[in-house]
Amino acid sequence: MLELNTLWFILVAVLFIGFFFLEGFDFGVGMSTQLLAKNDLERRILINSIGPFWDANEVWLITAGGAMFAAFPHWYATMFSGFYTPLVVVLLALIVRATGFELRAKDNHPAWKKAWDICIFLGSLLPPLLFGVVFACFMQGLPIDKNMELNAGFFDIVNYYTLTGGLTVLVLCLVHGLVFTTLRTVGDLQDRARNMAQKLLPLLGVLLTLFSALTYIKTDIFKERGLILSFIFSLGVIAFVVGGFFISRKMDSWAFGMTGSVIAFSFISIFIGLFPRVMVSSISDTFSLTIHNAASGHYSLKVMTIVALTLLPFVLGYQVWSYYVFRKRITEKSHLEY
Amino acid sequence: MDMVFLSRLQFAATTIFHFFFVPISIGLVFIIAIMESFYVKTGNEEYKKMAKFWGKLFLINFVIGIVTGILQEFQFGMNWSNYSRFVGDVFGAPLAVEALLAFFMESTFIGLWIFGWDRLSKKVHLLCIWLTALGTTISAFWILAANSFMQHPVGFELNNGRAEMNDFFALITNGQVLVEFPHTVFAAFATGAFLVTGISAYKILRKQEIDFFKKSFQIGITVALISTFLVLVAGHAQAQYLVETQPMKMAASEGLWETSEDPAPWTVVANIDVEKKENSAEVKIPYLLSILSYNTLDGSVKGMNELQAEYVQQYGEGDYIPPVKTTFWSFRIMVAAGVAMILLAIYGVYLGWKKKLVSKPNKWFYRMMVAGISLPIIANTSGWIMTEIGRQPWTVFGLMTTEDSISPSVSAGQVLFSIISFCTIYTILGVIMVYLFVKVIKKGPYMMEKEDTKINNDPFAKEGFHA
Repeated sequence: MLELNTLWFILVAVLFIGFFFLEGFDFGVGMSTQLLAKNDLERRILINSIGPFWDANEVWLITAGGAMFAAFPHWYATMFSGFYTPLVVVLLALIVRATGFELRAKDNHPAWKKAWDICIFLGSLLPPLLFGVVFACFMQGLPIDKNMELNAGFFDIVNYYTLTGGLTVLVLCLVHGLVFTTLRTVGDLQDRARNMAQKLLPLLGVLLTLFSALTYIKTDIFKERGLILSFIFSLGVIAFVVGGFFISRKMDSWAFGMTGSVIAFSFISIFIGLFPRVMVSSISDTFSLTIHNAASGHYSLKVMTIVALTLLPFVLGYQVWSYYVFRKRITEKSHLEY
Repeated sequence: MDMVFLSRLQFAATTIFHFFFVPISIGLVFIIAIMESFYVKTGNEEYKKMAKFWGKLFLINFVIGIVTGILQEFQFGMNWSNYSRFVGDVFGAPLAVEALLAFFMESTFIGLWIFGWDRLSKKVHLLCIWLTALGTTISAFWILAANSFMQHPVGFELNNGRAEMNDFFALITNGQVLVEFPHTVFAAFATGAFLVTGISAYKILRKQEIDFFKKSFQIGITVALISTFLVLVAGHAQAQYLVETQPMKMAASEGLWETSEDPAPWTVVANIDVEKKENSAEVKIPYLLSILSYNTLDGSVKGMNELQAEYVQQYGEGDYIPPVKTTFWSFRIMVAAGVAMILLAIYGVYLGWKKKLVSKPNKWFYRMMVAGISLPIIANTSGWIMTEIGRQPWTVFGLMTTEDSISPSVSAGQVLFSIISFCTIYTILGVIMVYLFVKVIKKGPYMMEKEDTKINNDPFAKEGFHA
């Protein structure tokens, strides 16, 4: 039978993957408000296209954090204290981004809108970049000592490897968001989103390849799980290529499925590569955090399993329903709340 | 600078700020749900307008509650990693359930509510606001269950130096949460209600949309009276629970150095000298502390000196007396604000009942209602200050001290950076929120609706591009 520690590792992974899949396109759309939109109306259409969803999508992150706290307190404690400053920046970014969505249209003053536009852009750009850095750090290994304390220097966290990871996640989210835009808009905006996604594909391909190659050289995860990772890597490549094909053929919903798959395969690879570790120590293998030494007691895991498996179907159910209710595309004529 | 001090300062700042918005959200969404229920039941468009108008204010407030809430969850790990390691097993579970059960619910259904006016049937749309309201209240339960563990740890055993959960049911039926939850949630309802009545009073004073705001006032004042009364009942139960489980906090909130006489009098005000451990200029009401603590006319309450000696025996050398003045005065501020709320609510309901809300000018009363918006906010804040400061030096009562709870790997410089950033952004958000509230209130429900339709019907008009 599946061990509870493993199950919770999978659940935390699922929550993070769900977060990057869903909030990933929100981040992408947030960046597009500057990179794609030409005027205020287009900006509003973009923001409204994620209007009913971004809040719930962000809850995936909060739930992932809560699940880590409950199931792997040491992972939660080491990660959140060890990445203190990057997380402060992520929090600031998420704060100004969400308030930007909600408050941008509440006043007509140009400076007001300009300020919120900057907030929305930076708030959508920094979190995927920094989360990419953090996840690269998980694999690269960080100076975690025997008390599970992480005292990382600046260059432990910020170096060419982790930055490549950050940029990869950033561009991945941007492309994912642009493809999402092709699903939710019409006309010129839709065409431009598709074109931009297509133009970004080569860059994304280079980044993904580069990051995979660096991961192969710099970390042990391919040595640990070479076979299965090669398999998932191949699936990722297929999804990427097929996704490119769908974009060029304007088969937008299929393309969206593919960019989503690339995100999912990327993060699945990271989690499989780590398993059964959750954070790698660069000081000694014995100091790495694992699903066993970082975990809560058996009773806690059992209770939480029952709770999670009972609630998840409902959560997924009404989230899917919400996407169904708002399946119509946003046009200039739609009611623009934001 | 001292890490413990800085970490506490940040926790206090972020939590107090967060809790300005949370009770408003919980209370306001409940009142909006009531208004929309009237709309669905009677078909009267005015109630729909009400739900939309108050909904506008709710959404501004809600988003700030959300963004400051993410920080709440992160900061346990960021600033209190030793604490997180020690209690994650017990404390993490309610937080995870809160996210899974409540946050998903409120965030999804508020999205459906905002954007669903034209896409959902009336009844389904109404259901969405009730589910949002339910989500916010459920959220309160789980976070308070977690907090209650810190006040009165139950349902755990100590294993390898960590508190591990061994009874989930005990955790969520903790006597503490059973009194803390109703006290806090009814306080939140009261907060929303006083906001609605205060704003309505302002508009009635300015003679704007009187009918609309009279109706809003009626609904608000009814909720205000019922919930303030229930806050009082739950608060009384909470005080009695406090005597049993955290007598030191009780003694500190009474400024009681020596064990009281029997029957115990209640000290209204006192000049407390913490150095000498004595009070002067005390004003006392006989019997009242016995009644508050035990519901009887007799019984003495233990003083801090006796408790300190007991705790030294039990937990070893140390100072177990919390900051007495803060605990004492925050409690009194809370009670005073609460009493004022009850009096205002009783008079308001009386006026409504006599149908004198508008017919006779009650200017002084309406002015007080406007100022009354601040009363529940003051009471909420001082109540939490009393609860959390009064628990010191512990984070988890009897198990872990605040000093031992901090993150060893975080430097004072980092915390200073985050305090400055968070406080700056909070100040900006606070100002913006007040600005927008005033703007929406000044505009009123009718102007607002006109603008919305204009934008909708004519997107290519100038306003369409710039709105």
